[in-house]
Amino acid sequence: MTKKIQIEHVSKIFGPKPKSVIPMIKDGMSKAEILKKTNHTVGVYDASMEINEGEIFVIMGLSGSGKSTLIRCFNLLNKPTDGAIKVDGEDIVKYSGSELNHFRQNKIAMVFQHFGLFNHRTILGNVEYGLEIKDVPKEERQKIAQKNIDLVGLKGYGDKYPDELSGGMQQRVGLARALANDPDILLMDEPFSALDPLIRRDMQLELLDIQDRLKKTIIFITHDVNEAFKLGDRVAVMKDGKVEQVGTPEEIIEAPANDYISDFIRDIDRSKILQAEHVMTKPNALVSMKDGLNVAVKEMRENGISSVFVVDRGRHLKGIVTIDAAINGIKQKKTLADVLDTNITKASKDEYVSDIIPKALESKFPLAVVNEENKLEGLILRVHVLSGLVAEDIEESKEYHGYYQEKKTEE
Amino acid sequence: MGIFPNIQSNLGDYVSDFVDFLDTTLDPLFDLIFFISSRIINGIEGLLLILPWWVFIFLIFLLGWYIKSVSSGILYGAFIFVIGTFGLWEEMMMTISIVLSAVIICLLIGIPLGILMSFSKGFSTIMRPILDAMQTMPSFVYLIPAIFFFGLGNVSAIFATLIYALPPVIRLTELAIRGVDPEVIESAQSFGSSRLQMLKKVQLPQALPTIMAGVNQTTMMALAMVVIASMVGAQGLGEQVLISINRIDIALGFEAGISIVFLAIIIDRVTGGIADKFQKHRGAK
Repeated sequence: MTKKIQIEHVSKIFGPKPKSVIPMIKDGMSKAEILKKTNHTVGVYDASMEINEGEIFVIMGLSGSGKSTLIRCFNLLNKPTDGAIKVDGEDIVKYSGSELNHFRQNKIAMVFQHFGLFNHRTILGNVEYGLEIKDVPKEERQKIAQKNIDLVGLKGYGDKYPDELSGGMQQRVGLARALANDPDILLMDEPFSALDPLIRRDMQLELLDIQDRLKKTIIFITHDVNEAFKLGDRVAVMKDGKVEQVGTPEEIIEAPANDYISDFIRDIDRSKILQAEHVMTKPNALVSMKDGLNVAVKEMRENGISSVFVVDRGRHLKGIVTIDAAINGIKQKKTLADVLDTNITKASKDEYVSDIIPKALESKFPLAVVNEENKLEGLILRVHVLSGLVAEDIEESKEYHGYYQEKKTEE
Repeated sequence: MGIFPNIQSNLGDYVSDFVDFLDTTLDPLFDLIFFISSRIINGIEGLLLILPWWVFIFLIFLLGWYIKSVSSGILYGAFIFVIGTFGLWEEMMMTISIVLSAVIICLLIGIPLGILMSFSKGFSTIMRPILDAMQTMPSFVYLIPAIFFFGLGNVSAIFATLIYALPPVIRLTELAIRGVDPEVIESAQSFGSSRLQMLKKVQLPQALPTIMAGVNQTTMMALAMVVIASMVGAQGLGEQVLISINRIDIALGFEAGISIVFLAIIIDRVTGGIADKFQKHRGAK
């Protein structure tokens, strides 16, 4: 993956003499100390990160954490006090006025929290604004604007004024206006925060949909953990102007860098982030088709479990056999294939836990996690599903214990 | 008893000398201003007087209709008709042309000054006390230098009116441009607008409703000043009021006075209505 944007030690300080504070930041003084000593506010404190081309990079933090200040550094609405911002390898902080305008006109566009629409212009007039600034001929720019209005689902609203539209529709205009310039990078400053929850969910899905088609590099600001983890390919968590952790949502959930972040993600709906592969365990007790019933019973006894998955030579899932069925089978001189129960509930590795929960409740056996070729990857017990939903390690139950025994049974 | 000691300052004399100095050194400039102003007034008056009386009343009716409603149009037309019946038709036209000229010049000077003040804090700090002084100084005081520079007549009236009526449009232009939603400014910046594009395409259109409120105030103040300015020879309705005072002529005083009230109502409603029309899609923010 190519690096689109590199942020290197960027700091933004507000106050009469911002440059004078930079040495203190290099010495590692805290934001509060600097405020007390020099009366300067540190908006962004020595932030460094890399953003890949084509990803949705979410910057998450509570209000006052500096996330809005940071996103405004990407198009120099805020000029960083120190540090470098490299877009495609060029340091934009060093740009002259006309270079900056050229950069803003062609490479980057922004969507604002309260939409920032020009309410004296029609929707079409708003969407074509960026092109008008670049002196694109009227006919051409209106064609492009119309195309983008259609793209965000506002066909037929071109000659309306912003105040005639609902909040959700206004933000669609904001999005269309940003897209009309065909920028590589899209900055979105809490774009859905001002919308009500239902509209917000629609807009999130639509953004993902548009991103699928257009493949922009999107930098997205939010204070909502669920939104961050739903949209973000990678997420940066900010606090007091500092970047506390950068990682994929799974990485952050599984290994929060500090107490602040664990606290932050406590009330997240984990079932919508974690996938089957995060909660499954590797099956240690397995029975091969050729092993027969006696081996199956022995496996279950040794592991203290009441059922075991049966696979063939290539680890393809064949079915499950319970201890009762196996013992009855031995008495009646049946083979393993005869007593095999093929009625197994399966899940794929990338299925979300929220979708697995109902399956787990219905199934009387553990869930089998298989790949496209029906090869067994792991298994999920009900207790695993639940463990995915709470942050702390779960107590080991007997059932759980059984599957964790270090007993190699594979051939 | 508290008697102030015999210390004298001659500030007034200095100002008087300064005005003398201006009059002699800047004479060509004042001649130019005189020439331009009188051309504007005469042009507008000539234009208004070419119109047959019923066409003018009909135009006022249309204006009222367009801006407010049919009934307002009829009312304004009736006002003008009544003024005509007082025998003050030409005086009214003269007053309208002085007010219009003064307002046009006010806007030409005031709006750019307001824009400059909104861009530069320093300039704004310097201008503010000057504007305060212009507004609070009794308006009669302006009449004296006006006579000095331009002699008796309509141009002096315009000069005095200008000083008195200029502050609101300057102030409200500054206020309006500073008051544009910062997020809208940011969004215009984020598209790479130049300073001029920003002003032309975003700041001025966004500020227009507030600027129009300033235009409305300036116009009303200009109308008020026109009466006072009759003391330096402004013609029109104000002159009639002045004559009626000298002759203690209640009938003429009332007719001229009520005519000014009618004009004030029409001008106020019309400029206010234009401001409302601009407001339409820019309301909420």
